[in-house]
Amino acid sequence: MRTLAIIVLFGLVMAVLPVFGPTDFTLSFLTLMLLFAYLGQGWNILGGYGGQFSFGNTVFFGAGLYATVIVQVQFGLGPWLGLAAAILAGALVGLFIGWVSFRYGLRGSYFALVTLAFAEVFRIVANSVAITGAGAGLQVPLDPAPANLQFVGRESFYWIILALTVASLLLVWQMERSRFGAYLIAIRDDEDAARALGVDIFRTKLKAIVLVGALTGLGGAFYAQMFLYVDPHIAFGVAVSVEVLLVSIVGGMGTIFGPLLGAAALHLISEVARETMGNTPGLNLALYGALLVVMVTFLPKGLFGLATVSAGRLFKFRRS
Amino acid sequence: MLDPILLWSGLINGLLQGSIYALVALGLTLIYGVLHIINFAHGSLLMLAMYGVFLLFTNFGIDPYAALPILVIGMFALGYGLQRVLIGRASHGRDENILLVTLGISIVIENLALFFFQGDTRTIDVPYAFDSIEIAGVFVAIPRLIAFGAALLIAALLWLMIQRSDVGRAIRAVAKEKQGARLVGINVDHIYAVSYGIGIACLGAAACLLMPTYLVYPTVGHAFVLIAFTVVVLGGMGSFPGALLGGLLIGLCESFGGLFLGESFGQIGIFLVFIAVLLFRPSGLLGSRV
Amino acid sequence: MKKPTRSGNTRISRRSLVKGSASLAALTALGGFPQVLRAQGAAVKVGVLHPVTGAIAFAGTQARIGAEMAIEEINKAGGIKSLGGAMIEPVFGDTQGKPEIAATEVDRMANEGIVALIGSFASSNTLATTQAAAKHGIPCIVDVAVSDKIVGRGLDNVFRFSPGFGKCSEDALNNLVKINTAAGGIAKTVTIIHEDSLFGSGLAGLLNKRLPDFGFEVIETIAHATPTRDFGNVVTKLRAAKPDLIVPANYYNEYVLLARTMLQQRVEAKAVYSVLGGAASNYRFVKEHPKAAQYIMDCNHWADPRKDGTKALRAKVEATGKFFTYEIPMNYDCLHLCADALERAASADRAAVKSALAATNWKGMIMPYQAVEFDETGQNIHALPVNTQIIGDDIEIIFPEDLATAEAVYPMPARG
Repeated sequence: MRTLAIIVLFGLVMAVLPVFGPTDFTLSFLTLMLLFAYLGQGWNILGGYGGQFSFGNTVFFGAGLYATVIVQVQFGLGPWLGLAAAILAGALVGLFIGWVSFRYGLRGSYFALVTLAFAEVFRIVANSVAITGAGAGLQVPLDPAPANLQFVGRESFYWIILALTVASLLLVWQMERSRFGAYLIAIRDDEDAARALGVDIFRTKLKAIVLVGALTGLGGAFYAQMFLYVDPHIAFGVAVSVEVLLVSIVGGMGTIFGPLLGAAALHLISEVARETMGNTPGLNLALYGALLVVMVTFLPKGLFGLATVSAGRLFKFRRS
Repeated sequence: MLDPILLWSGLINGLLQGSIYALVALGLTLIYGVLHIINFAHGSLLMLAMYGVFLLFTNFGIDPYAALPILVIGMFALGYGLQRVLIGRASHGRDENILLVTLGISIVIENLALFFFQGDTRTIDVPYAFDSIEIAGVFVAIPRLIAFGAALLIAALLWLMIQRSDVGRAIRAVAKEKQGARLVGINVDHIYAVSYGIGIACLGAAACLLMPTYLVYPTVGHAFVLIAFTVVVLGGMGSFPGALLGGLLIGLCESFGGLFLGESFGQIGIFLVFIAVLLFRPSGLLGSRV
Repeated sequence: MKKPTRSGNTRISRRSLVKGSASLAALTALGGFPQVLRAQGAAVKVGVLHPVTGAIAFAGTQARIGAEMAIEEINKAGGIKSLGGAMIEPVFGDTQGKPEIAATEVDRMANEGIVALIGSFASSNTLATTQAAAKHGIPCIVDVAVSDKIVGRGLDNVFRFSPGFGKCSEDALNNLVKINTAAGGIAKTVTIIHEDSLFGSGLAGLLNKRLPDFGFEVIETIAHATPTRDFGNVVTKLRAAKPDLIVPANYYNEYVLLARTMLQQRVEAKAVYSVLGGAASNYRFVKEHPKAAQYIMDCNHWADPRKDGTKALRAKVEATGKFFTYEIPMNYDCLHLCADALERAASADRAAVKSALAATNWKGMIMPYQAVEFDETGQNIHALPVNTQIIGDDIEIIFPEDLATAEAVYPMPARG
């Protein structure tokens, strides 16, 4: 119940923020941060709760991104159908990759590497076939109107991505308390024991990856609506795969607020690094990398680990 | 349909390119076999070694082949230090933390390189860069032939060292049974660092063999690291002969994929083979621990 | 500039308040102090946004150098005179080569109060930046990005200084035909080798469609990925097919590898004619691989070497140990163009600068354009690429004739 209260409070506070007239930069910054918190939550469900590390989540992101754009550009349909197509595309790609790799019992680094390889295969295919616009990519015509799901103001996408993030938090909160969630955690902790207890390993993992695919695909769809352009590199490059696992692990994987904390921390760090080293290219990102290593060294369980530890200490201190 | 000369060329170029992939993968497979970690800093450390070769050549006129011992020793020391001081400590024995630390290291190295070298592509112009011999109608650059021979030699030396030397025995012991090795008095942290060091030293050698015909820029490692993962899995994680065989096979796969499916789309062959191996023979072709 | 001001301030603070205000009044009467104040207070902020980290960091860094040098010059010459000698103050940004970062950077720069934006090299990033800037009414001067989708999207804040993709390929083709006809039509067959993203694929498509109209036969079109690690087989194909013309369209690294492999395997052709070739118009390539680079032709952006501005800029760039690549003069020109617009607008208001840009008729550029004038889509109607050839240790313009600094060496002699 406390968790639910925090989620609702977070949602409300963030939702009224635009009323206080933040700059467009603040809104864009927060929108990107929330988007990666949301995408990170996708990684967290499978990687953090289910113990199945993916190095290729961009494959779902890209599938959603392409689906939205293709529906609009190649079929002349609206963005709302594009959103549905993105969810479907992400889920289908999840089903396909999940079915193939879990059927053959891939785990650990083998599963991680197979997702990476699938992302590459998708990138190469997207780069070669006509429907994706091949290497040249596809562009959605610029026509800002709510009906086109294009907005000039930064607030609209901020609220949309915030809603997605809050929804993903609620989803994970619900999942933690569900049988499905318990199965996932059991698989992460000891797959053989879970099987002995009668958990259908294959089905549970498959459900999880399809869910992740759909969520991440939807994230890709909104990315498409924000920037209106897709090419194979944006859709299936390694950048998104790396960032979603970074935010989850840094924040604390397998925890409900991990990806959000991680995204906030990483985006703040990169902003601080830019502010301090801004005009010397390279140094800011080097500082970012160094801070990442430092953070792992001193916070082995992620930021959420820190938060719970200190909360625990505080509690103890008060009692004594 | 294809000209026989093209098939012949595909074979030769595939093997030559494959030997380079094998060299990069040898270190990665050792690190995986012993430490059980996927080293995400591998590509950026290769890049670092290549800049090393470049600097030695341009500042001191040291030929890349003469620089080989310097690079191998230097990279070993760097690798040993990194594992001992940074990776080992920061990881707290958690896989996901090792991933983050190696990722963090690679971000730091790549961006420092960007800072110092400005994203520029650098090459060295050795007098023998354009020497080539014709083998039945296909021209082969001499430096690439040297790299091929050296890759075979280095793989053999590594294998001998692991099989025959005391260090090798200790490494094998740690790879198989960490706790047991510790009980019989092996310093596991030291052996971890030695293994990581040797793995990185291989990159020093690879850099020396690559630079006469290749180029270096801050993100050059990306071009090799994914291929190296593929090679390691194909050969069997932790196996030197596997990495060699895997490297050559991936080289051939890329070469013939390019010929039959086009240079661009043909890249897909590598990853399809990769996926197939993961699914049907995850232990790899010669899969056994070091 | 900074030091004297600071020591002046401390001197004032040391004095007693009464004495201080009296001396301040005296200074004001002398008229020296307020001028400094005015010049500092009214600086005009201009955004300079390029990919200075990430995979295309090299081009972005070069572009920034060009912009910096122009700003330094403009400020040294007294800033924007119609604004009382206001200095141009650059606000630098880094797209990292990612559209989402690029768009966020625009919002940050808007927040810092930029009046205009220069950038952002890559087409995919420029699409995002121009769109983000539209909301703030910030006029964007597009430096290099070639995609023709950048203009004509109905955004009135986009002004592309450089030629787009269609213009480049059309000119490349026409110039090739002219050069070949002048030499007696010696070349008939062509092999195209291109990288597989927007620029290479698009170009190859256009060339494939149009080359047969001019009597050329395209033997083969080879697409390759970026990065490509080995061109052994591609070059063996070239040896077997023996095309008269080899047309590469790829980025610097692959270009260098390809050129070196061609030399290794002793490929001979009538010409190597590249379009927007990554290395063919790059002094680093000429200097480091003179043999592999010799006689390569390119159709690309290139500064007019006869102009004093070009000579001065090139000397200045080379004095810092950098290579004079086309990104530098193009961004240098873009900044001067921006200064021209500010001068005419006589205002640091975004809308005023936008209108001034739309009404531009400027001839101060060092690129070989007749002028800069924008059509209703925001495209500079005079922008064009030129043909260069590497001859000896320099890059010469060989076409069009009125700009040429050397005769084309065509067909190219054996380089063995």
